[in-house]
Amino acid sequence: MIGLNHYLILGTCLFGIGIYGVLSKRNAIAVLMSVELMLNAANINFVAVNHFIRPDQAIGQLFAIFVIVVAAAEVAVGLALILSIYRHASSTNLNDFNLMKW
Amino acid sequence: MGYLLLAPEMLLTVLGIVVLALGLILPQRGKKVTGAVAMIGTLGILVVVFWQFGYEAEFFQGVYGIDAYSHFFRVLFLSAALIIFAMAGNYLHLFSERQSEWYSLMLFATLGMIIMASSGDLITLYVGMELMTISFYILSAYLLDDGRSAEAGLKYLILGALSSAVMLFGISLIYASSGSTVFAVVYQTLQAQVVTQPVLIAGIILLIAGFAFKIALVPFHMWAPDIYQGAPTPVTAYLAVGSKAAAFAALLRILVTALPAAHYNWTMLLAILAAVTIITGNLIALAQRNVKRLLAYSSIAQAGYILVGLAASNVYGFKGVLFYAMLYVFSNIGAFAVATLVETQSGSSDFDAFSGLAKRAPMLAAIMTICMLSLAGIPPMAGFAGKFYLFSGAIQSGYLWLAFIGLIMSMVSVYYYLNVSRLMYIGKSSEQSVPVPAMARVALLVCLVGTLIIGIYPQPLSQFAEIAIQVLY
Repeated sequence: MIGLNHYLILGTCLFGIGIYGVLSKRNAIAVLMSVELMLNAANINFVAVNHFIRPDQAIGQLFAIFVIVVAAAEVAVGLALILSIYRHASSTNLNDFNLMKW
Repeated sequence: MGYLLLAPEMLLTVLGIVVLALGLILPQRGKKVTGAVAMIGTLGILVVVFWQFGYEAEFFQGVYGIDAYSHFFRVLFLSAALIIFAMAGNYLHLFSERQSEWYSLMLFATLGMIIMASSGDLITLYVGMELMTISFYILSAYLLDDGRSAEAGLKYLILGALSSAVMLFGISLIYASSGSTVFAVVYQTLQAQVVTQPVLIAGIILLIAGFAFKIALVPFHMWAPDIYQGAPTPVTAYLAVGSKAAAFAALLRILVTALPAAHYNWTMLLAILAAVTIITGNLIALAQRNVKRLLAYSSIAQAGYILVGLAASNVYGFKGVLFYAMLYVFSNIGAFAVATLVETQSGSSDFDAFSGLAKRAPMLAAIMTICMLSLAGIPPMAGFAGKFYLFSGAIQSGYLWLAFIGLIMSMVSVYYYLNVSRLMYIGKSSEQSVPVPAMARVALLVCLVGTLIIGIYPQPLSQFAEIAIQVLY
């Protein structure tokens, strides 16, 4: 029987994979994708908790919808920023963006 | 008053959209109007907020609440936005035809901050925070021709999104252990629980980590210097003052109303973060050769001082947090305003650009010095009164060592603040004068007067902060 714990573990694993991606990927777009994984990990938690603990109130599902909308806005801005920096550096590799240090 | 209490939020939304639309409709020559519309509108909304003082209401079963605490932060954010609009002036020419969008995004960022400070629910808080942060992603990358600005935008985007995701995961864990996202309900549910669940502890830690990113506390501060240096200077000023104060406002409200220290002792965690932040921020600032970067590290250290009040977790400390956040508006924006004007004239914010400023523009040099002395905490400037509240709060709750670290590091900070003054007064001068537009002059005077008056006569602001704090108990 699959219960709340399975979903929470799935969410945590996904979150861990996302953090690993953000820290290890060098491509700006791949990093954005990893951030999306982390947001979706939180979404899984929200929906699972809503279903198993408080099925009477739809707070968790509501939160998940808000997160999806905000994530879409974030990605739209993110891709625009990556385009804008690509015009300067002709690269999306984060190692190339080092005009400012310490 | 009912829903009329939400008028400032609604008016701010309308104003943002109107400014955006005006920029699209008006021909190129008429676009200067948008700046005036934004400024007059913000001033009008500030008046509305003053007019609403004393009224309180809760909306949607505690999801959003207007009380003295919200009033305090509304005043703070709106006046910060207003001063920055006034001081930005000539700098905006760098944005060429995109000025009206700049005003509009600044207004939306302000709206996000106000929502953060008044939200009584984690969903509202999250949406407000993202409204603020996403506006700032765009604002930091606003100088399209400057590679550094684009780099700042991208770095802020990646680290900001990462921190939001971390915080969101923490929120999901708090929701899992309490079954609700409304602060008051979370408090009641958690109080009824006999054993503290490890899930909840993890949630609180992730939540505080997410906020620490926004406030730029060590070890979550790596983004701040790069973004402060690369972003357009007026945006940097708002980022340093507004987004920090908003994160503090939300953090304080959550910690006091949803997760009180009596049950989960987070004060030691915050005290250690504060100590590390104060030490690191001040020590790295010593080595900086660029004024914007110097102010970035100094603002990391300042965030540490404010956190001392939060760690103290008594009325004195909380009052200090609000008091300091308000005086920080005047002192820090004053310093950034001078940096903006010098950068507009010379195109650089390195130390060389400030050399001999006292001969070229005596008023600017004097205001910069006074603002920096205030940040260092020298009486009779405002910073002294603020630090007095913060550190006495810490001593009252037994964090004597924290107050000592704060005092010693304040002395260290005098060195790098006065180093800038030394350069301005003794350094070699080029003969170019620095033009100061009329509006920027008003903004500078407001900052100067604010810094001095709060320092000499702190009573009214202190009472205002105390009334705001009472709401939380």
